[in-house]
Amino acid sequence: MNLLWLQSAGCGGCTMSLLCAEDPNVFDLLTDAGIDLLWHPSISVETGAEVRRLLARIEAGEETLDVLCVEGSIVTGPKGTGRYHMLAGTGRPMLDWVRSLAPLARDVVAVGTCAAYGGVTSAGGNPAGAVGLAYDGKLKGGALPGDFRARSGRPVINVAGCPTHPDWVTETLLLLAEDRLAAEDLDPLGRPRFYADNLVHHACTKNEFYEYKASARELSEMGCMMEHLGCVGTQAHADCNIRPWNGSGSCTRGNYPCINCTAPEFEEPRHPFTETPTLAGIPIGLPSDMPKAWFMALASLSKAATPKRIDVNAHSDRLKIPPGAEKGGK
Amino acid sequence: MSERQLLVGPFNRVEGDLEIKLDIRDGQVAAAYANSPLFRGFEMMLPGKDPRDALTLTPRICGICSVSQSAAAAFALAEASGARMPAQGALAAAILHGVENMADHVTHFHLFFMPDFARPAYAGRAWHDRAVQRFTALQGSAARATAEARARLFHIAGTLGGKWPHTLAIQPGGVTRAPAAQDRVRMLATLRSFRRYLEDGLFGAPVEAFAALTTIAELEAWETGDAGLFMAISADLGLHLSGFGPRRYLSFGAYPLEGGRAMAPGLWDNGAVTPYDATQITEDLSHAWMLGDTAHPTQGQTLPDEDMRESAYSWCKAPRLGGRVTEVGALARQAIDGHPLAQALAAEGSTRARIAGRLLEIARLQLLLEDWARALDPDARFMGDQPTVKAGTGAGLVEAARGSLGHWLRIEGGRIASYQIVAPTTWNFSPRDATGTPGPVEMALVGAEVAEGEETPLSVQHIVRSFDPCMVCTVH
Repeated sequence: MNLLWLQSAGCGGCTMSLLCAEDPNVFDLLTDAGIDLLWHPSISVETGAEVRRLLARIEAGEETLDVLCVEGSIVTGPKGTGRYHMLAGTGRPMLDWVRSLAPLARDVVAVGTCAAYGGVTSAGGNPAGAVGLAYDGKLKGGALPGDFRARSGRPVINVAGCPTHPDWVTETLLLLAEDRLAAEDLDPLGRPRFYADNLVHHACTKNEFYEYKASARELSEMGCMMEHLGCVGTQAHADCNIRPWNGSGSCTRGNYPCINCTAPEFEEPRHPFTETPTLAGIPIGLPSDMPKAWFMALASLSKAATPKRIDVNAHSDRLKIPPGAEKGGK
Repeated sequence: MSERQLLVGPFNRVEGDLEIKLDIRDGQVAAAYANSPLFRGFEMMLPGKDPRDALTLTPRICGICSVSQSAAAAFALAEASGARMPAQGALAAAILHGVENMADHVTHFHLFFMPDFARPAYAGRAWHDRAVQRFTALQGSAARATAEARARLFHIAGTLGGKWPHTLAIQPGGVTRAPAAQDRVRMLATLRSFRRYLEDGLFGAPVEAFAALTTIAELEAWETGDAGLFMAISADLGLHLSGFGPRRYLSFGAYPLEGGRAMAPGLWDNGAVTPYDATQITEDLSHAWMLGDTAHPTQGQTLPDEDMRESAYSWCKAPRLGGRVTEVGALARQAIDGHPLAQALAAEGSTRARIAGRLLEIARLQLLLEDWARALDPDARFMGDQPTVKAGTGAGLVEAARGSLGHWLRIEGGRIASYQIVAPTTWNFSPRDATGTPGPVEMALVGAEVAEGEETPLSVQHIVRSFDPCMVCTVH
């Protein structure tokens, strides 16, 4: 299976994260799985004219393209021309290149939330007119039509994340190399279900604090960050706390909130990222599949029942009272 | 007399997209024009937002300098709000930042810069077989070892910062996670393992030995490891005779700790280091597809020229210090910090000097990281107060792997009123200014040898990559 990787209006962080793949390293992983990198902007040797010739061969149908990975959003500005990113040396907007190459690929993978939905590049007033490949935020239809299908018949595979976990990308590619990623293996937003069918909440190390609504008030406190600090891990589709990052990390383990970076329009939460919007003291964004009244009743009950250990630890920057050190409840 | 023009792009193994236009006369580059072809507009996204949101959004300017962007935003907010990191918080932030800069340096050397020497065009050179074995893209033994060592090094970012890139751990008042005693010893173990990687592969000797080099003659006598291989290649190809920049260097000083910055700030000009004056920084828009006048970043604005006028050729503004072209990067940082070898290399200002300056910083940074991790106190406070701010201004001036990065912020009515960013490669890959003076890389390319029929000249690739450009930061 061959693979062409293009980068457009993003930060390159999904590639930098991919290079953090371990066991095996990313080069061995790709090579040993028979994934032949036609070109990647960060790690291939070819530059300039060599790349232009490769692109021309693919466009002319002289080279069959299996997988097209696109990292970064596609900019449509100014005035719909796409000239905010002209692919260097080619005199053509990346918008044009993607529209030309995507239909030639057996499969198209949007690597990262920018490529999937527009992402951070579309924050604020979206000054560059950034869109995803097949989505513009939550709406279908981006640089490609909303009903786009690659040669395989599959839609754009949205490996969303800001950045992507290295394993989300490598496992998607490994599944594609064995042709074991069917349309039903993608969730309604086109994300591979193997990671998107989990919530960041799952295996969150703050879950005991969550149970009692023992909430951190300041960044650096150990408590649950849902009530005050903007954490939306209960609604965010990803396995960040099941499959940690860079050894043993995750956003919540780093004591800062999950901002739902695998979702379209996460870049504009309509409130400060690290502050939970409340209505009469009640967080607006409750877990999506939980009845509100039930949640509120449960929360007030559990708050009242919070053991001292959990209450004290929630407002500390490190463990103050270990389990078993206290006698009874509060 | 033969004349031709070349358009080099997509120019890869730089972070982001880059296009270089070359005028070639008699087998040499006569003039070069660097185009940063991507505009995203971060400076337009931020106004109107809660100031704290800069900590989430600006790291996402760049996936390779993410912690640098994060630190710059945190320091700008700290200046505006009066927040101060406790000593240990600053230490943890320095470790996070140092780990990113270290990873970027080895990524640059092994994955971005050296693979060109494994190209068939160099077959037959005495060093070529070793270069192929070590540095062939995607396959070389050094490329694979580097991917593994780098991934393990980033475990420190996982521990202190949750993840890399795009951590939110660095805040104006400190860091969000207090490392425990076992985190400290685990990080020290990771650093010792990274030291082994450096000493087995890159230096072939103790890092202290490379850090202790004081003269170019001693550097030229260095034979071991990939550093020795680079010196052999450099001597054979004359990399000390090409790529001359402005030989005027700026560093904001790196890693603010309680006792000051671990690497000193300053301006290096003609062998003398003096304090730099940040009020003398301006961005010239004459050759950028940007509208407005030359201004200091506190007064600057970002208004893209949607018509992409003919007289401009890049989305990159042209930063100048006191009106003059200035280079930034690891070489600048080490020279300004007073290292004797770096001072000699800064005077040379060549392709080789930039690479050797970076190797020197790798050795010195390893020693600093070990010291810092040892000095972590798991009982200390890592976060201080984080006052909210309704109005104020602040500047966050830090050193990314590839040079000086500044954020200038103004807050009004509790909202961001203005946010301007000048990134390292904005300095190094700036287009011409109103006087027609080329930016550092444009200057460095003049005189590069171009063989008959070469479409993507190797000499040009070596010079461009020696700056370790980050194009996504450049325009942002």
